[in-house]
Amino acid sequence: MYILIGGGGQVGYYLARELLKQDHEVLLLDKDQRRVSQLALELGASVAKGDACEARTLEAVGCERADMVIAVTGDDEDNLVICQVAKERFGRDKTVARVNNPANEKLFQTLGIYITVSPTTNILHLIEAQIPHHKLVPLLALSRVGLGLVEVTIAPNSPASGKRVRDLELPQTVKIALIVRGDKKITPEGDTVIQGEDTIFALTIEDGEQALENSILVSESEGVAE
Amino acid sequence: MNVIIVGCGRVGAELARILDIDGHEVTVIDQESDAFNRLAEGLSVKTMVGDGTDMETLVRAGIKEANAFAAVTNGDNRNIMAAQIAQRMFNVPNVVCRIYDPLRQQTYKALGVRSISPTIVGAKLLRNDLLGADGRVVSPDRAIAAGDAVPVRNPQQGAAQQPN
Repeated sequence: MYILIGGGGQVGYYLARELLKQDHEVLLLDKDQRRVSQLALELGASVAKGDACEARTLEAVGCERADMVIAVTGDDEDNLVICQVAKERFGRDKTVARVNNPANEKLFQTLGIYITVSPTTNILHLIEAQIPHHKLVPLLALSRVGLGLVEVTIAPNSPASGKRVRDLELPQTVKIALIVRGDKKITPEGDTVIQGEDTIFALTIEDGEQALENSILVSESEGVAE
Repeated sequence: MNVIIVGCGRVGAELARILDIDGHEVTVIDQESDAFNRLAEGLSVKTMVGDGTDMETLVRAGIKEANAFAAVTNGDNRNIMAAQIAQRMFNVPNVVCRIYDPLRQQTYKALGVRSISPTIVGAKLLRNDLLGADGRVVSPDRAIAAGDAVPVRNPQQGAAQQPN
């Protein structure tokens, strides 16, 4: 794949390095000549000086054949514009934006950014997952198709604990993709019995998240320790 | 009209002044409190220190009651983002922003974002000032027609006539 990355900060640099290791064609753009020279020592020709917000720059680096455009500068407004220009002018649908202010995530999704990644929100969710509230933790959202990947740990007193997957009677809008039990990874079948402390990864669309919550979470009235 | 202006530079301050004179309710947002020194004295303009691309700040500035919104900071991208927040997240009916980069302006025109490009407008005004509103007086065709210039054969045109 040809992957264009805007923003040569830490995130852009490590991302480019890892993607190059996976044999992708990568071009990392940064506005600052000094930073570019520094990055070029490691990344060679995979880094270039240029403002990824500018249509002219994107054209010069062959944006129209990019399989993915990733914007990871430290400024949300720049990340938004990089993705929107790539989409509107070059027809690139697969745009990924880093969202620094978590409040902007909804805006970016409304404006058609394919994937939004908010480190702040992610860290918050990971912290939440460590606190035994057994809530649904959203891991990823593909806004264009409305698909979500969520994680939830089953409380011992969850109504789902001890039930077979089939008996949860989940609607078509949620699909349990994986159950992690200790070190074991289980691909769930209808007969798989869910146990307390299992971690479930599920794909959801539309009301799927709500449906999953309803069948798995302990309702407030049943009393969860604060 | 209830108007929010993001950016209190020279343009923002002047826009605030003339809207205030016209009797509109104006709120100006800028990240630097010093910027408000640019506002003329005696205006009844409200000021607010904050980030005009931050939704919470905009709510505090009264964006939910605003009829009009102008984003005129010195950053194209900040203006573009602020304008889209006003338009798409708060449904402000009348939104405009300043975009220096003409290419970016075109892109956002296609996305339904209204903008003014001082680059284009300024260049046209300068041309008019230099040559008069009919700047075409010195266009090659007119100059040739007027006998002031002799046409030169375009070497590229000559090449294009060769069969491939």
